[in-house]
Amino acid sequence: MADEVILLDFWPSMFGMRCRIALAEKGVKYEYKEEDLRNKSDLLLRMNPIHKKIPVLVHNGKPVCESLVILHYIDEVWSDKCPLLPSDPYQRAQARFWADYIDKKFYDLGRKLWTTKGEEQEAAKKELIDSLKLLEGELGDKPFYGGEKLGFLDIALVPFYTWFYAYETFGNFSIEAECPKLIAWTKRCLEIENVSKSLVEPQKVYDFVLQLKKALGIE
Amino acid sequence: MAKEVILLDFWPSLFGMRTRIALREKGVEFDTREEDLSNKSPLLLKMNPIHKKIPILIHGGKPICESLIIVQYIDETWGHESSLLPSDPYEHAHARFWADYVDKKLYPALRTLRYSTGEAQEAAKKEYIECLKVLEGELGDKTYFGGERFEYVDVSLIPFYSWLYGLEALANLSIKEECPKFVAWAERCMQRESVAKSLPDQYKLYEFHLERKKKLQTQ
Repeated sequence: MADEVILLDFWPSMFGMRCRIALAEKGVKYEYKEEDLRNKSDLLLRMNPIHKKIPVLVHNGKPVCESLVILHYIDEVWSDKCPLLPSDPYQRAQARFWADYIDKKFYDLGRKLWTTKGEEQEAAKKELIDSLKLLEGELGDKPFYGGEKLGFLDIALVPFYTWFYAYETFGNFSIEAECPKLIAWTKRCLEIENVSKSLVEPQKVYDFVLQLKKALGIE
Repeated sequence: MAKEVILLDFWPSLFGMRTRIALREKGVEFDTREEDLSNKSPLLLKMNPIHKKIPILIHGGKPICESLIIVQYIDETWGHESSLLPSDPYEHAHARFWADYVDKKLYPALRTLRYSTGEAQEAAKKEYIECLKVLEGELGDKTYFGGERFEYVDVSLIPFYSWLYGLEALANLSIKEECPKFVAWAERCMQRESVAKSLPDQYKLYEFHLERKKKLQTQ
């Protein structure tokens, strides 16, 4: 009997994009369900009663929540092709460490760039640039974080690229100027069809953030 | 020849306790280096330049940071006959989700509870109990979160039991009354040598906290 795979998602979510890429890499057929986060579906509330957030992967009726947990799950279930995590425990720990670092830093810092001004915004900008530089350093001379091919950390990071244009415009800076190697890496990722078809356009994200600012009453 | 295992630790740390338990569950021989967090060693700063925090596991000279990542590394490297994580991908994802819940929800509530007073403390108390009740619901009638087996979620949560006395003294919060199932589960865990050896004396922990609070207030 065929697997039933549903992804509860929200189009601008970097966390949702991670899951889209992983499912595509593994060649998994799934149903994409767009959630309205101001009017969450019964299915979402049932499948993720704890956090009430997307993404949620529903596999044969059973939910998996939290994007990095979902990536691990996808890797373990569809293990016959495209391993996302390396097999060596130390390399796995490194990939997990940096994905955890991204989750601890990027979302909140990025959010500060479009919700704050003045000193607070400048501080967030500086910290975000420093964090991006650290990740750039971690890449080194490799084509991808996964080595020759896309891996767990590439998939965890690349969706944030779709928010760079918004961050740069609101923060008045250029990520390419600060981290050219990182942008070169994103361009390599975008050449992979499974990545480019899973990511949304930066201009659309920017328009979405403008709308969100208006709705939240932020200047 | 077996590679050297060193744990950079700090005895009151809940995160350090997790790693001690995991190493002991697997019967791994390790050296503990106690860190003075007001005067971090060059080794700590070299091994964790990003976060500059403990615990850090150093295996054959290579560092692994972040307690849950360390526990996963320990599980993947040693004692494959006695896994801390379930082999079934769905159960595995479930375990990851709940350990993440402990970090995202329970720990911040504890931190606020420890340092706040008045209304803020009352709110934190409520939040802490709610989180424990959710965890109690997840435990259900099982012996451990892993069923009959002491596993990943048990390891990630049991250190919080070391605050049983502290919360009563500090915030007039009787966890025994509010969450009896949690206490019953914790007492079962404490029967395990790996846990009993890894958790500090509760009175010592509370005294240490009082001293630290005093120091912070006079700074």
